Amino acid sequence: MRIHIKNGRFIDPRNDIDSIQDIFIAKGKVVGIGEVPVEFQASRIIDAQSLIVCPGLVDLSVRLREPGLEYKATLESEMNAAVAGGVTSIACPPDTDPPLDEPGLVEMLKHRAKNLNQAHVYPIGALTQGLKGERLTEMAELNDAGCVVFGQPDGLLPNLRVLMQAMRYASTFNFSVWLRPQEISLTGDGVAHDGEVATRLGLLTIPVCAETIAISNIILLTKETGVKVHLCRISSAEGLTMIRAAKQQGLPITCDVTINHLHLSDMDIGFFDSNCHLMPPLRGFEDRDALRQGLLNGTIDAICSDHAPVDEDAKLLPFGQSDIGATGVELLLPLTLKWGTEMHLSLPKMLAKITSEPARILGIDAGHLSVGSAADICIFDPDHYWKVTSSAILSQGKNTPFMGMELPGGIKYTLVNGHIVYEH
Amino acid sequence: MINRNPQLDENGALQHLLTTEGLPVSILLHILDTAESFVGVTERDVKKIPLLRGKSIFNLFFESSTRTRTTFEIAAKRLSADVINLNIAVSAQSKGETLLDTVDNLSAMNADMFVVRHAQSGAAHLIAKHVRSDIHVINAGDGSHAHPTQALLDMFTIRRYKHDFRNLRVAIIGDILHSRVARSQIHALTTLGVPEVRVIAPKTLLPKMVERLGVHVYHDMAKGLKDVDVLMMLRLQNERMKGANLPSAEEYFKYYGLTAEKLSLARRDAIVMHPGPMNRGVEIDSAVADGKQSVILPQVTFGIAVRMAVMSILTGNQV
Repeated sequence: MRIHIKNGRFIDPRNDIDSIQDIFIAKGKVVGIGEVPVEFQASRIIDAQSLIVCPGLVDLSVRLREPGLEYKATLESEMNAAVAGGVTSIACPPDTDPPLDEPGLVEMLKHRAKNLNQAHVYPIGALTQGLKGERLTEMAELNDAGCVVFGQPDGLLPNLRVLMQAMRYASTFNFSVWLRPQEISLTGDGVAHDGEVATRLGLLTIPVCAETIAISNIILLTKETGVKVHLCRISSAEGLTMIRAAKQQGLPITCDVTINHLHLSDMDIGFFDSNCHLMPPLRGFEDRDALRQGLLNGTIDAICSDHAPVDEDAKLLPFGQSDIGATGVELLLPLTLKWGTEMHLSLPKMLAKITSEPARILGIDAGHLSVGSAADICIFDPDHYWKVTSSAILSQGKNTPFMGMELPGGIKYTLVNGHIVYEH
Repeated sequence: MINRNPQLDENGALQHLLTTEGLPVSILLHILDTAESFVGVTERDVKKIPLLRGKSIFNLFFESSTRTRTTFEIAAKRLSADVINLNIAVSAQSKGETLLDTVDNLSAMNADMFVVRHAQSGAAHLIAKHVRSDIHVINAGDGSHAHPTQALLDMFTIRRYKHDFRNLRVAIIGDILHSRVARSQIHALTTLGVPEVRVIAPKTLLPKMVERLGVHVYHDMAKGLKDVDVLMMLRLQNERMKGANLPSAEEYFKYYGLTAEKLSLARRDAIVMHPGPMNRGVEIDSAVADGKQSVILPQVTFGIAVRMAVMSILTGNQV
């Protein structure tokens, strides 16, 4: 299919382009920007008048719930949701059942995802077998099967000796290690930030030092092993200060923040709203404001949706018993635009946080558009506000703290490898 | 997003009693005043009035409790309501039924009111949000969050003995961190205008931001009890030793247990309260628990009148 996207405002953050230019696509690739290639005959013309045309979004944390957790969501439902959110590349955490610790499982997931012909799926390989934190996985084999990076999911950081060895082994092959910093022994059964809200509501708490102690350990182990480290889902101002210092020392560390932590604080728990049962927990106002600033000044490299579809019934429980997580992949763009607008940022700068920057962290050739690159494209209306409702969301997970809110950014078209995979 | 106080209806009247936090002083006083009128009933030979005749009250206890459940049962029966006790800790939920399924099933049996006890903070709020608008929910204790009827009976007791809240120094002593009673007491005391509420406990038994609740924090009984008018003791559970909150019951008693000697630091006419059940020799010495300044048994008696008041106000059937 040969597609001509005309009259759109083309933004490519990596190449610092922001201008009205037509895009020409053939055989899955971009074949022209601004200039029509010789003998180009469009089979489809998309009029992008007053719309933004940008690289397809890259989301660093999307749980597809396969294999094993299909009652929460299926690959089909969540892949549909991803492209409805303009997301064309997704990294999925290894906390499936069984976990992504064997090449066969990874190949199966890649194969299933490929057959759906939608977003590109990049499984995060398990760092340790069964995610148990005892034995290393076959990282090189997993890499051959399609894992680009390796990590441990929430609350399962191995002991420091195993972690050091895993980081050292990963660095042998130049793989990066993705960790969510959390010291398990300080987390316990905690469900909320150790602040005023948890004090009032009588909820078990997770202190900030559960995050900062883990960050400190990981920074020291990064120095020791030289491995590239990505810190997932930072929640605290203090943690951010430590990461800034480590980056200033030149350590190969990157980090991200979730759309939820960028906009919410523990106050949003209100009267036990289980949609706000997230991990790490929503922290105080000062933390949220530091995260918003940290993203602006580059201490935080990227925004992820931390998409975690949850079975509806599992949220209709007392706060502490409800499942952790919120749906989010369809809110990645709207909540990035909301943050960027509130911070008076230009569109290219805010879009970098969900295109070129996450692509760089994931180490994939995506998140930018030039002649010859794969035609993964997102076309959206920045001025279109839509209401978050369970019918407006395609993900099987209908729980989000943003339910009922009006958010900016309506996706009009999503293209993957030059195919229109979503149209609204 | 602005959430209306989930306990009040659109006219600001009490729809559910979930917590003492955020309740207007007028409602608190109305409950206490109504309870006064019921104290007489509980002292009569025929202790029954027909205010709630034909109403069905379900005691939903997801966590076992004999005392609280019994006092709610007595209160409901004295108002002539039909009382159904469900000890769910050992029935439906162990068969896998969810909390809200249980509630739906009982609602279908034409319940008028649920009295809920649950080990999880927020359980009563969840149920109140879920039920039909003609059903009332009373929180009989949710996790470490709230136990409003206990706090109200404590307020009733304080008013009986001290008459005016606005010139009192009140100390709450013990495991504040895990205590739903303490949280509800603090909100009720500050709302009713007590100028100085103190909490006394080791740092391991205090929530991190407890000052934000409007209390003064003490770690030393000698300082904290000075010039106090009301001492509200809390129960200390044995699990606290396992969770590394405390080294031993003995050390706790030595430093935070209420003895006659420590009590002498408070005002001479200070009253001693305890929500029960007591651990004698852990948080309170028998000589104090049974002593002249103790109002622990009157608290139990007033508890019935206060619960009658709450039930009658919720259903709009008042004297």
